[in-house]
Amino acid sequence: MTDWLDALIQGVLLGGLYALFAAGLSLMFGVMRLVNLAHGDLIVLAAFAILTVASTFGLDPFAAVVLAIPILFVVGFVLQHVLLNRTLGRDLLPPLLVTFGLSIIIQNGLLQVFSADSQRLRAGAIETASIPLGGGIAVGVVPLLTLMSAIAVIVFLNFIFYRTPVGRAFRATSDDLEVAQLMGVDVNRIFAVAMGLAFVVIAIAALYLGLRANFDPTIGPARLLYAFEAVIIGGLGSFWGTLAGGIVLGVAQTIGARIDPEWQILAGHLAFLVVLAVRPRGLFPRAQD
Amino acid sequence: MDDAAARSTQSFRIETAVGSPRATAVAVLIILLALMLLPTFAGRNLIQDLIFLFYMLALAQCWNLLAGYAGLISVGQQAFVGLGGYLLFALTLIAGLNPLLAILLAGLVSALIALPTALIVFRLRGAYFAIGTWVVAEVYRLVFAQVKPLGGGTGTSLTPSVTSSVPGIEWVKTLLDVRAPAARDIVSYWVALALLAGTLAAVYFILRSRRGLALGAIRDHEAAAAGLGVDIYRIKLAVYVATAAMTGMIGALIYLQKARISPDAAFSVLDWTAYVIFIVVIGGIGTMEGPVIGAIVFYLLQRYLADFGASYLILLGTLGIVIMLFAPRGLWGLVADRYDLTLFPTRRRLIIRDREDG
Repeated sequence: MTDWLDALIQGVLLGGLYALFAAGLSLMFGVMRLVNLAHGDLIVLAAFAILTVASTFGLDPFAAVVLAIPILFVVGFVLQHVLLNRTLGRDLLPPLLVTFGLSIIIQNGLLQVFSADSQRLRAGAIETASIPLGGGIAVGVVPLLTLMSAIAVIVFLNFIFYRTPVGRAFRATSDDLEVAQLMGVDVNRIFAVAMGLAFVVIAIAALYLGLRANFDPTIGPARLLYAFEAVIIGGLGSFWGTLAGGIVLGVAQTIGARIDPEWQILAGHLAFLVVLAVRPRGLFPRAQD
Repeated sequence: MDDAAARSTQSFRIETAVGSPRATAVAVLIILLALMLLPTFAGRNLIQDLIFLFYMLALAQCWNLLAGYAGLISVGQQAFVGLGGYLLFALTLIAGLNPLLAILLAGLVSALIALPTALIVFRLRGAYFAIGTWVVAEVYRLVFAQVKPLGGGTGTSLTPSVTSSVPGIEWVKTLLDVRAPAARDIVSYWVALALLAGTLAAVYFILRSRRGLALGAIRDHEAAAAGLGVDIYRIKLAVYVATAAMTGMIGALIYLQKARISPDAAFSVLDWTAYVIFIVVIGGIGTMEGPVIGAIVFYLLQRYLADFGASYLILLGTLGIVIMLFAPRGLWGLVADRYDLTLFPTRRRLIIRDREDG
């Protein structure tokens, strides 16, 4: 019984990580209707960026991410402005294929620069610290921080979307692109800002990805699939739904792993397919696709 | 009044073929015959290269039908390549069937499995469909990694008794006076040629049929096609299942030729989807000629640059992006714009003539 309760708790905490993966994807889709096949690889790229900043300046990963965030914001802004804005339009194919190409470029670029070796962000004692909850169950400090960060990111994104002028522009372009343009919204710039913001979320996701487990240049696509599954399970268009989707996925994986360690990933995918079959619009739908 | 006058003096006709259909058919037969006879004088390396070219082109035609015409952009076609490969291994190693029969059955079973798969992934639309198909391919991979009789996560090899049981090997050995491995390649070459010709013929006749007209309409404007009474869901389902069957058979052939399978290789998104998408995009999506051009370009790049590993893949990715941004209709689009060429006449043209001429 304790075993299952433990699996449930660890699954909820793992869900925090998946919600962080998914929040960036959800933001891109919400504002510019972009489904980014390179999302997972961008998270891995950001993890390598944090690693590089940390080792160059001898910083703790938490400090390194603060330095990496402005850099990644600019990278995201430029990527959207120079490349991705050109692909957006009525046709679905260009954004999909361009981001798919980007995914292959990032993976192989990272392979060349950093080799295929596994890396990890080192943060000292906090990595292994845990808080005992009694009854033989303990929660790790890093997993707990992950979930709390996910909640903080979602509160922050909701604040930006519903309480700031740039958020108003995000919602306007999302609702009706042409009318937003007529009202004087510079859509290209708004999209670039949204991508910059998505890269900030990606940086935070990358921090916890690197703190919780090893990473190497090839693990991006699997993170994309988790992010995507969390978004669809939660229902399109709601950041809180994304958190719920991440938690469902995380719990499915830890429970699957408890039955047989080889079933962890498969159990997550199957949970996604079951939700798709039973509630195709997700658990908490908000937007029409 | 002008309209009525025009109607009385002009006649309208819809044409698909250009030039003389009979001359084209003869040319196709001659090319096919030449390719069939090629192993009598070509070296083993060329035969192996052509097997690769043929199955990549056949996969590209399938993906092009799916994405270029039916608007089903899948990044999960590796699901059916791997499924076909594993079915071949199961049917020959465990059930003891003849490999050629196993290839046909692999196509049939792939279609049967594609049907329930479609019912789930078709709930996702557009770009989400793309990632959904990828998830399905991962599910297939993880499931086959659990099948212990087929080697689990590490995979397994075909036994020599299976690889030498392909009909025709003994015949080729005595007729062309070659060793068993070369004879095996030659038989695989013929099977690959037959599958490629079958795929091209199937895609060609689908596109020239009534269904093909509907598919072209979906490609050009889905909502308008639906408005004109095209049953979008049924046609997409039919295309998805048909391409799954073809892809499954090609996968079975690929792994008969490779004689060794593992879940990571058989369900590789890079080998069976990324390269295939690259071929279609480079050549020109939504035409039958495009993938042919793309496959030849890809074959040359693969042959001369694949040793560069990661840099080669970066180059492919960059080339794909540049084509998508600056020449979205691919290399064939550039050629066709300039010279009005057609190799596979699948487009319908409206011919307007004055009555006196007709």
